Amino acid sequence: MTATTEATAAASMPSAETLGAVLTREERPRRPSALAASLTFGWRAMLKIKHVPEQLFDVTAFPIIMTLMFTYLFGGALAGSTRDYLQFLLPGIMVTSVVMITMYTGVGLNTDIEKGVFDRFRTLPVWRPAALVGMILGDVLRYVLAATTIMLVGLILGFRPAGGVLGVLAGIGLLVLFSFAFSWIWTMFGLFLRSEKSVMGVSMLVLFPLTFLSNVFVDPGTMPGWLQAFVKVNPITHVVAAVRSLMAGDRNTTETIWVLAASAVLVLIFGPLTMRLYNRK
Amino acid sequence: MSAPAIETNGLVKTFKDNRAVDGVDLTVPPGTVYGLLGPNGAGKTTVVRMLATLLRPDGGEARVFGHDVVREADTVRSRVSLTGQYASVDEDLTGTENLVLLARLLGHGKRAARDRAAQLLEAFGLTEAAARQVKKYSGGMRRRIDIAASILNTPDLLFLDEPTTGLDPRSRNQVWDIIRVVVAHGTTVLLTTQYLDEADRLAGRIAVIDHGRVIAEGTPGSLKASIGSGTVHVRLRDGAQRPEAVRLLAAVLGTDVQTEADPVALTARAGVEGSDRGAAEQASRALAALAEAGIVVDDFSLGQPSLDEVFLALTDRPIPEEVPA
Ligand SMILES: Nc1ncnc2c1ncn2[C@@H]1O[C@H](COP(=O)(O)OP(=O)(O)O)[C@@H](O)[C@H]1O
Ligand SMILES: [Mg+2]
Repeated sequence: MTATTEATAAASMPSAETLGAVLTREERPRRPSALAASLTFGWRAMLKIKHVPEQLFDVTAFPIIMTLMFTYLFGGALAGSTRDYLQFLLPGIMVTSVVMITMYTGVGLNTDIEKGVFDRFRTLPVWRPAALVGMILGDVLRYVLAATTIMLVGLILGFRPAGGVLGVLAGIGLLVLFSFAFSWIWTMFGLFLRSEKSVMGVSMLVLFPLTFLSNVFVDPGTMPGWLQAFVKVNPITHVVAAVRSLMAGDRNTTETIWVLAASAVLVLIFGPLTMRLYNRK
Repeated sequence: MSAPAIETNGLVKTFKDNRAVDGVDLTVPPGTVYGLLGPNGAGKTTVVRMLATLLRPDGGEARVFGHDVVREADTVRSRVSLTGQYASVDEDLTGTENLVLLARLLGHGKRAARDRAAQLLEAFGLTEAAARQVKKYSGGMRRRIDIAASILNTPDLLFLDEPTTGLDPRSRNQVWDIIRVVVAHGTTVLLTTQYLDEADRLAGRIAVIDHGRVIAEGTPGSLKASIGSGTVHVRLRDGAQRPEAVRLLAAVLGTDVQTEADPVALTARAGVEGSDRGAAEQASRALAALAEAGIVVDDFSLGQPSLDEVFLALTDRPIPEEVPA
């Protein structure tokens, strides 16, 4: 903002002819498809990561800490050895961490949407949900990164999945798909709540019970009946069961289908709700 | 028969119990600059946001090139561009990235988007800043990239919401030049501003808006004829001579003379409709009359009427104080 930069910029401001020459009335290009528009918005998310790489700290450091903390905290007590416990815990802690990271989607949207650039996006003749879908696609990259980080830490600590490479990839794929669907809850809250802080607050309130009152840390068989009842209907339990079975190589199709159906339901409910709020904003 | 670029009938927008836009009727002919002039909080941005399909009107209707902004929002979007009051580009991205992103969203292929971005950056004198994040741009450069983003596809209607507020005079002139070129190429511009001077220079017609209502509408010439094309400010050496000075000025200028809180200051409008002389000539005659009467003038100026004075003339009351929220 110095006087000199302004002066040089002003000096190089070209003539009316140059300016007029760029005002073409050529045939306009066809509007992009829904997919192309969403991918372009996804590219915007990548660019933002490129310019502010610190934001990747959340998706790498947090999962590493979670994995180390719970492996060594509970390992000895619950399974006799940390290595044995890790075989049980790793898929669950991966689900927990990635699902927790989904809340940043809502927080990011809440801050992003207040900026003027969203006014421009909303006056473009493109498929309406593209801006939000693109944003979540960018977040999917973060989910993949978080899941990969945990898998690497797990492998180093001694996690040996029987399902092999394919099983691990299938597990991560299913988790990322579920997280994409789950993110729509936070986009809704991101548009609905006033501040970043309240989005955080609500996310925590939902995520803590969901992730802890599940089969992530211990076998639900050890819990009192009323708690088992909750754990059984908790979607996180099903995601963990599905991911665990995929990584263990004993393809439990029931759980996998359950997760796929739940993902579809989440998108079908929260997608339209989000779009309603987005159009009203 | 071509439809007006903008046509609104009884447009209303209410926020809680605040009627921010309270029955606005506008007709904007295509191919012109139309000025929406009003103080902070008058409802200018709210009108623009409704026309740009960002806000739903609570009452009345609005059409852009004959298309309803609610029912045919998508058609409207394909013909308009918006440069908002606050930056409508992504501050975290570079100039090039912003333009390429938007060009892609408008359907240009990768190569074409990059070419178009480079071409516009060049035309707006931003080539050197192309690889810098927009947040590092000066105020004038931000405005230019913002307008460049709006003409990636030359729009039929361009909304410019206070494009020069906060700019230094040189940058303001550049924005004015850009607006002139854009209009010369057939785009209609709806320009909001707080400066009468700006509306006067650029707009073919002006609507003065206050408290969500249009309180005057017409060509700059007709508006100035009713409110006076100039304002004379006088400071006297001796406050005791003020009553005499008031009488003389009123006689020469044929308008009411306002005395200010400062005991030696006077303000009067000049060049009002009905007077056969221009504001400058009237002012020089007034000065001569004062000198002849032996009244010493310390300071004298003839300026464009400010928005304050326009308001005083149109509503007989000053611009309302901003009520702190
Ligand atoms: N989103 C909003 N929510 C509540 N009040 C608003 C909102 N936007 C504008 N207003 C109010 O509407 C009035 C008109 O505002 P605005 O259109 O921004 O005026 P201008 O652009 O002329 O300064 C103001 O009183 C402002 O406080
Ligand atoms: Mg405004």
